[in-house]
Amino acid sequence: MEIAGLIFLTSGLYMGWSLGANDAANIFGTAVGTRMVRFRTAAVICAIFITLGAVISGAGAAGGLGALGAVNALPGSFVVSACAALTVTFMTRAGLPVSTTQAIVGGIIGWNLFSGYPTDRDALTTIVGTWFYGPLLGALIAFLLYFLVKTILERLNIHLIHLDRYTRIGLILAGVFGAYSLGANNMANVVGVFVAASPFRDMSVAGVQITGAHQLFAVGGIAASVGVATYSRRVMMTVGSHLYKLSPVSAFIVIASTATVLFLFASEGLEAWLQARGLPSFPLVPVSQSQAAVGSIIGISLARGGRNLNLKLLRNIVLGWAATPAAAAALSYIALFFMQNVFMQQVYV
Amino acid sequence: MREKKNGSTGLFGSSAKALELNIDRYLTLVEQSALLLEDAIKKYLDGKFELFEHQRSEIDNTEREADNLRRDIKHRLYAEMLIPDSRGDVLALLETLDNVTDKAKDVSSHFSIERPEVYPFLSDDFRELMETCVKTVGEVTLAVRAFFRELYRVTEHVEKVHYWEHQADEIEERIKRKVFRAEGIPEFSKRVHMRYFAERISQIADEAEAVADRLSVYAIKRSI
Repeated sequence: MEIAGLIFLTSGLYMGWSLGANDAANIFGTAVGTRMVRFRTAAVICAIFITLGAVISGAGAAGGLGALGAVNALPGSFVVSACAALTVTFMTRAGLPVSTTQAIVGGIIGWNLFSGYPTDRDALTTIVGTWFYGPLLGALIAFLLYFLVKTILERLNIHLIHLDRYTRIGLILAGVFGAYSLGANNMANVVGVFVAASPFRDMSVAGVQITGAHQLFAVGGIAASVGVATYSRRVMMTVGSHLYKLSPVSAFIVIASTATVLFLFASEGLEAWLQARGLPSFPLVPVSQSQAAVGSIIGISLARGGRNLNLKLLRNIVLGWAATPAAAAALSYIALFFMQNVFMQQVYV
Repeated sequence: MREKKNGSTGLFGSSAKALELNIDRYLTLVEQSALLLEDAIKKYLDGKFELFEHQRSEIDNTEREADNLRRDIKHRLYAEMLIPDSRGDVLALLETLDNVTDKAKDVSSHFSIERPEVYPFLSDDFRELMETCVKTVGEVTLAVRAFFRELYRVTEHVEKVHYWEHQADEIEERIKRKVFRAEGIPEFSKRVHMRYFAERISQIADEAEAVADRLSVYAIKRSI
């Protein structure tokens, strides 16, 4: 691979780092913040399972993103990814709600507008639809899980001390599922725009064929692991102790429900299974993990009878739908112009 | 490394079971201290002072054992990283419960030191007061057990604690009214002395109610 290829990959690596640093905290924030699970355990699980999810099952959601607009020149991919990352960084700094998924979609639309490629309306409708369905599905699953867990706890009368042990095991298992689903679904945001212009070539190791896309997803997974190791502890402590205080059992429900949403929108196996039986399947596109989590938290509040329902959370989701893609699209369009006309790089073919 | 060792003990070891047994034993001792006091007071009212003293020393032993157990529970909870989310609540609960055993010890020791003269017309009222306090303590230990195992039953027991505590207050007031209206008590100091003991015994029910008040908050916190 050329040096230029490596340089252009850096924005993707930054996105991967950011995924590990921020989104891993949504999985293990409460568990680590309340000291139910040690940070080291959480970090190792995240690193391994985000990477596994990305490599094994990441292609589905990346394909969904590719249908929106296949960024076909590496400098273009670099700009789209960098602009999405910058939008996420700036909006987070400004305290505004933000989702990596929505930023990357905005970035791709910016590229489509600049390059003159049409934006696939069906793909766009599907993706935007999932912004709505993701949190809704999260709320529904969390709502049902709440009653399931509540019934089980009431029937079994588990002693607090033992319940603590089972909750820890539950948090770890849900964390494994959460990390896998995050890698499977959201790694598309990190490496999706590089797939069509991948600098990696297919290769064979010990007779096993490893495609360029697999290598790309593995690199994304490694970047996310670095993010987990270097920065996520701080974010976990914030999530666990300040942002939204959840009991460990509620945290388990939120993680399991969020992970299920991400999994449903990422699993090619499930899609094939549903389609084979003539059932409607879930579109394979990246969905916002934090918004699915917020949906799940709202689901739990509703299950409790609407107590402590924070409508500000809902408002933040809706704000994110509009503001993030718009900002990323504008930034991406402007940056592509500079990349093409000032740095003389071909940003599309 | 220490954290790892402790974490794994908490997750898979026998510490959790030992802790559960200790908490159960502690609650039994709290209940036992109230029952012993009831028995001691009845012996006192019957004029069986020797037997009263025997029961009093039993109360002292129970209180000491409860104290040691509480310290052990505290140590296990913190050293072994168990229930990090609710251990603060559990400890506060046990410390408030400790006031019940302390109060039982306190009352028996004051009876032993001061040897108050309980007039026969007050004897049944004192018995009833003591029985009601025992019911309050019994109910509060049930409420605490429910907190650990059957969360949804906490409220039911807490309501009973409030009921019995209210009954204890009424009996206490009845005793005080009888004491200050009675004709046959020549010295004012003896009336005050009776009032003092009625209040002291009733405080056991008050301490139990304080535990119940905490418990209702903790139960809400623990509900998922």
